[in-house]
Amino acid sequence: MLGRMSEMLSHRGPDARGTFADDHAGLAHTRLSIIDLQGGGQPMGNEDGSLQIVFNGEIFNYLELREDLIKRGHHFATRSDTEVILHSFEEFGEDCVQQMNGQWAFAIWDRMKRSLFLSRDRMGVRPLFYAFAGRTFLFGSEIKALLVHPGVKRTLDLRALDEIFTFWHCLPPNTAFEGVRELPPGHSATLAKGRLTIRKYWELQFPESSEDGQGASEEERSAELLELLRDATRIRLRADVPVGAYLSGGLDSTVVTALARQFVPHRLRTFSIRFDDAEFDEGAYQQAAIRHLQTDHQEIYCDGATIGRVFPDVIWHAEKPILRTAPAPLFLLSKLVHESGFKVVLTGEGSDEVLGGYDIFKEYKIRHFWAAHQDSRLRPLLLRRLYPYLKNIGAQPEAYLNAFFHPDAAEQEDPFSSHQPRWRLTSGLKLFYSADVKAELNGRQPADDLGLRLPPAFLKWNGFHRAQYLEASYLMPGYILSSQGDRVAMAHAVEGRFPFLDCRVVEFAAALPPRLKMKVLQEKYLLKRCARGLVPDAVIRRHKQPYRAPDARSFFPGGRPLDYIDALLSADRIRQDGVFEPAAVQRLVEKARRGNLAGLRDNMAMVGIVSTQLLLHRFGRDFHVEEQHNGERS
Amino acid sequence: MASVHDEVRQFVIDNFLFGQADGGFSDDISFIESGIIDSTGVLELIGFLEERYQFQLAPTELVPENLDSVNNLARLIARKRKASEQAQQKEEYGVCR
Repeated sequence: MLGRMSEMLSHRGPDARGTFADDHAGLAHTRLSIIDLQGGGQPMGNEDGSLQIVFNGEIFNYLELREDLIKRGHHFATRSDTEVILHSFEEFGEDCVQQMNGQWAFAIWDRMKRSLFLSRDRMGVRPLFYAFAGRTFLFGSEIKALLVHPGVKRTLDLRALDEIFTFWHCLPPNTAFEGVRELPPGHSATLAKGRLTIRKYWELQFPESSEDGQGASEEERSAELLELLRDATRIRLRADVPVGAYLSGGLDSTVVTALARQFVPHRLRTFSIRFDDAEFDEGAYQQAAIRHLQTDHQEIYCDGATIGRVFPDVIWHAEKPILRTAPAPLFLLSKLVHESGFKVVLTGEGSDEVLGGYDIFKEYKIRHFWAAHQDSRLRPLLLRRLYPYLKNIGAQPEAYLNAFFHPDAAEQEDPFSSHQPRWRLTSGLKLFYSADVKAELNGRQPADDLGLRLPPAFLKWNGFHRAQYLEASYLMPGYILSSQGDRVAMAHAVEGRFPFLDCRVVEFAAALPPRLKMKVLQEKYLLKRCARGLVPDAVIRRHKQPYRAPDARSFFPGGRPLDYIDALLSADRIRQDGVFEPAAVQRLVEKARRGNLAGLRDNMAMVGIVSTQLLLHRFGRDFHVEEQHNGERS
Repeated sequence: MASVHDEVRQFVIDNFLFGQADGGFSDDISFIESGIIDSTGVLELIGFLEERYQFQLAPTELVPENLDSVNNLARLIARKRKASEQAQQKEEYGVCR
C-alpha cells in the first residue's frame, strides 16, 4: 500500500524514493532533492532511530536553527533542513514550529510514544491531507495518494462543492472528497491512541485599531519593509540547485527578481507566460523588467486551445472543482521550468494579500466611500477606474454600474461586506445544481459556516483588514497557493518560494495601517514606495492587472466543443452523474457554441461545471486508468 | 403569437437562468436585486432588444427604469415601437405630400 500511495506522488518527487515501516506505522517519501542532495534522503531518523520524519518543503532559516541546536548539544549527520526539524522537535517538542520560517508539511513518527506529529506552514503553501479508513490513519501531500486505499471513498463532497460555488475554495478541513480532510494552514496535529488532536499554532492577526500607533515614519516603514523583503529573498535562495524566478511583468515578481539579483553572482534565469490575446498579455512590461534586470529569460505562449487541451491534467492535479482556467498556463509554465533543468522558482505570490493589492480591496473602499457620500459625482469615475482592463465594465451603462456596486444599508453592517458582491455573483452558479443536489444541500449557507471559523477579534478589525484576512486566510491557501500554486508547479516537480509570505513580512504588513497599503485607490502604496529605483518606473506606475487567462472559450474553439467537453457535458452524462441539471447545462453549452458566453458568471459556470465533471470522472470510474497513466505528463 | 411580456421573459429565462426559473418570477421583480442579471448581463439584454425589436437605445435610455424588470422592458419596447411608428407615419406623410 505504501508503494502504491507514493507512486501517486511520484511527480512531486522524481529524484528518489524511500520508505520506513515498523509494526505500527509506515512512511513513504518521494524526493525532490534541493538541499543536501546526497545526505537528505527520507524518511530520515534521528541518532537512535526513535523518531522518523517525512517532510515536503523548506525551512529557510534552517542554518540559524541548526547553529542554535548545535550550541544546545545536538549532533548533525547531514546538512539538510530535514534533520534540523528532527532535532528541533527533540529539543522543543511540538512548539518547534514556532521558530521555523518556511513552507512545510511534515510528519514525525515517535516510535517510543507511538504518536504521530503532523504540521503545516502558517500560510498553507505546502498541502497536507488525511483520512481515516476504519482504524487506519492515512496522510499525504495529495488526495490521490489516499484514494488508492480501498477504505477511502472517492465521493464528491457536495458541501465542499457548494463552498467552491460560493467562495471559489472549500472551507478547511473540507476537501472535494467526502471523508478526506485538509490540515488547515497554521495548524499542527497529533495522532495518539487512535485519536487525532488538532490545534492552531498561528493565525493572521490585525491590530484592533486602524490608527497608526507605532509612530514610525512612512520612510522608516518603507526602509524596514525593503530590508525584510531583501532578507526574505536572501534566505529563499538557499539551495544546492539553481534557483530561477517567475517574472510576470507585475510589480511583485519584478521586486522579487530585482532583490534576488543582488545575491546571485550570475545572470538570473526568469520565466514567464505570454498570451496571444492582448487582453491577457503582459509582454511589454515583462520586456521592460527583463531589460532592466538583465535576466536570461524564457517564455511560453499560451492560447485558449492549449488551455483546453491541458485542462483535464490540471484538474487531476488540483483535485477540486475550479472556476477559472488560470491554473492551466501556470501548469504549462512549470513544465517549461522543469524542462529547463530548474526545480526552484521565486515568485511574487502573496504580495496582493499581505500588502493590499487586490481590486476587491479597492471595491470595498469605493463602496465604503459611497455609503458615506451617497450623492458624490465621483462614483462612476471611481468604478471605471477600478476595472480598466475589463472590456465589459467600460461598456456598461453608468446607471447599471451604480445599481450593481451600490452598497445597501444592511450590507454596511455585514462583516463580510467586502466579499458579498463576489460571493453573490459566484452563487449564481448554483442554479445549475440538479434537484437532488439542491435537496441535499437544503438551503445551506456556506457563509454561516465561515462565520463560525472566524477569530473573535475579526469584528473589531477595520473593514479593509477584514477583507485582507478573508483573502489571505481562505482564498490564498484554498485557491491561489494550491490550485494555482503548489499543485500545478509540483505537477512538474517545481517548488515555488514566496518572499512576500515570509512570516516576518506577513506580520509586519498586518500591523501596518490600511492607508499605507492602499492610499486612496493606489494599491500596495508602501511596496511601490520602497520599490523606487529597484524596478523600472513603468512597472511601478502601471495599473495593476490581475493574472487572468482565456476562460470558457478555451473549451469551444471556433464554437465547437473539444471532444472531451462534448462527452462530459452530454445530457446523458450529466444526468448519470447527477450533480447538475441537464437542461440547464445544455442551454449553457448552446450559448457557448454561439460564442455568447458573456461576463464572469457564464464563464465561471462553464469552467466550474467542466472541472466538476472532470473530477467526477478522473477520480471516479476512470481513477484506476489514471493511476496506470500517472507517469504521462503532458 | 407570444406577447412582448412572454418573449422578454423567455429570453431572460433562457439566457440568464438557463431554463431554471424555479417557481417563476413576477413581471415587476428587479433583475439586479434578485441576482437574475449581473452587471455584464445587461449588455446581452441590450443586444437582444436591439436585434429582436430593431431599434437603437440611446445612452440615456440605459437605466434600470427601462431595463430592470419584465414590465419595465415591455413598457420600453411599446414606447420605442410607438415612436418608430410615428416616425414612419411622418415619413410616409411627407412622401405623399
